[in-house]
Amino acid sequence: MLVLITYDVNTQTKDGSRRLRKVAKACENVGQRVQNSVFECLLEPAQWVELKDKLLNLADMEKDSLRFYYLGKNWQRRIEHFGSKPSYDPEGPLIV
Amino acid sequence: MKRMLNTLFVTTQGAYLSKKGDTVLVNIDREVKLRVPIHTLSQITCFGQISMSPFLMGLCGEKGVSVSFLTENGRFLARVNGPVSGNVLLRKAQFEFQQKNGKTSKLAGKFVTAKIANYRAVLQRALRDNPENKSDELNKASKYMKSSAFVALESESLDIIRGIEGEAARTYFSVFDHLILCQKEDFKFTSRSKRPPLDKINAMLSFAYTLLVNDVRSALESVGLDPAVGFLHSLRPGRPSLALDIMEELRPIFGDRLILSLINRKQITSSGFKKTESGAVEMNEETRKLLINAYQKRKQDEIIHPFTKEKIKFGLLPHLQAMLLARFLRAEMEDYPPYFWK
Repeated sequence: MLVLITYDVNTQTKDGSRRLRKVAKACENVGQRVQNSVFECLLEPAQWVELKDKLLNLADMEKDSLRFYYLGKNWQRRIEHFGSKPSYDPEGPLIV
Repeated sequence: MKRMLNTLFVTTQGAYLSKKGDTVLVNIDREVKLRVPIHTLSQITCFGQISMSPFLMGLCGEKGVSVSFLTENGRFLARVNGPVSGNVLLRKAQFEFQQKNGKTSKLAGKFVTAKIANYRAVLQRALRDNPENKSDELNKASKYMKSSAFVALESESLDIIRGIEGEAARTYFSVFDHLILCQKEDFKFTSRSKRPPLDKINAMLSFAYTLLVNDVRSALESVGLDPAVGFLHSLRPGRPSLALDIMEELRPIFGDRLILSLINRKQITSSGFKKTESGAVEMNEETRKLLINAYQKRKQDEIIHPFTKEKIKFGLLPHLQAMLLARFLRAEMEDYPPYFWK
């Protein structure tokens, strides 16, 4: 399934910047950065549970926010992209 | 059922692959062209001058991603594998089965029967789509396939089975030219030639078969079978005999049909090839990418497996057949059911 993850991390403090880096790193390890603070992750349900737990632990719920959108199995028809920085299709042919 | 994971093909010369966190970075001219999380991949296949960091190789080994290096034209060079996976007992059963003379021929007969039946399916399909096209010769060949498939199933001797296979393949390729409906002048097929391929169709067939043997080999390894210990193909150092065995049933579908569609739909034209001084015909980079693309798309198509009745993606077929074979070798199943295409 594909999960869209977006986040807002408050970076007013040094600790905030640290959290932002950690959240971004966790997302980059499993998914594709499609815009700033927006990630698309193709995951198995078990992997998702793990990632979600990790993210919720990293973020500070008082100051930051996380939003998860579940796009399911047929995510291809739910996404349209316009403009620069086109993304790759993780299930399509990958040839570079 | 296992989820089908993607394969990363790297064809850009001079590319450098490295590890960053749990992702694979593809650098071209010191610029990151692609970043893919490793958990979406099952294979990385590199063509030509591609380099890779040892840390990425380590990550691939740990995550069970098989890495192969091929020349630009698809000749196998090397492979990087992690720790041996699977069960020793299964491997032992495989070796013991291989030793038993009478039994191997039965299994070999299954592979050959399925291959010939799938050849016939290709011919039948051409007859159905184009009834007026040289149907006499195709009909004759198709009938021949039917009878020899039955003979292969009944035969007890490995030599006879190999003979039947050779004869059936010869008959099939003698009418293969009739299956090409468009661009007939540019794509003429006379006979199968390899190492090196002497015409465009042979170049494409050989390339598609290399992609397939890579997939089958990885599937066997992930199930825990030894790809080198085959039943139909004789054992030779460095030869993935079992992968070649399993591949026989899949050749007509993943190789022949795919190439025929590409030519008949005019997706590939004769300008995408070049001839070297030695007479070998090679594809240019664009054609190669087109073929890989079509091959990968084919793997996404869904089928219902005739034996397990499961709906699976085509690309999982090598894995499923490997699993069925493993079950048979462990004596959990009476017989190995090869794949018959419809």
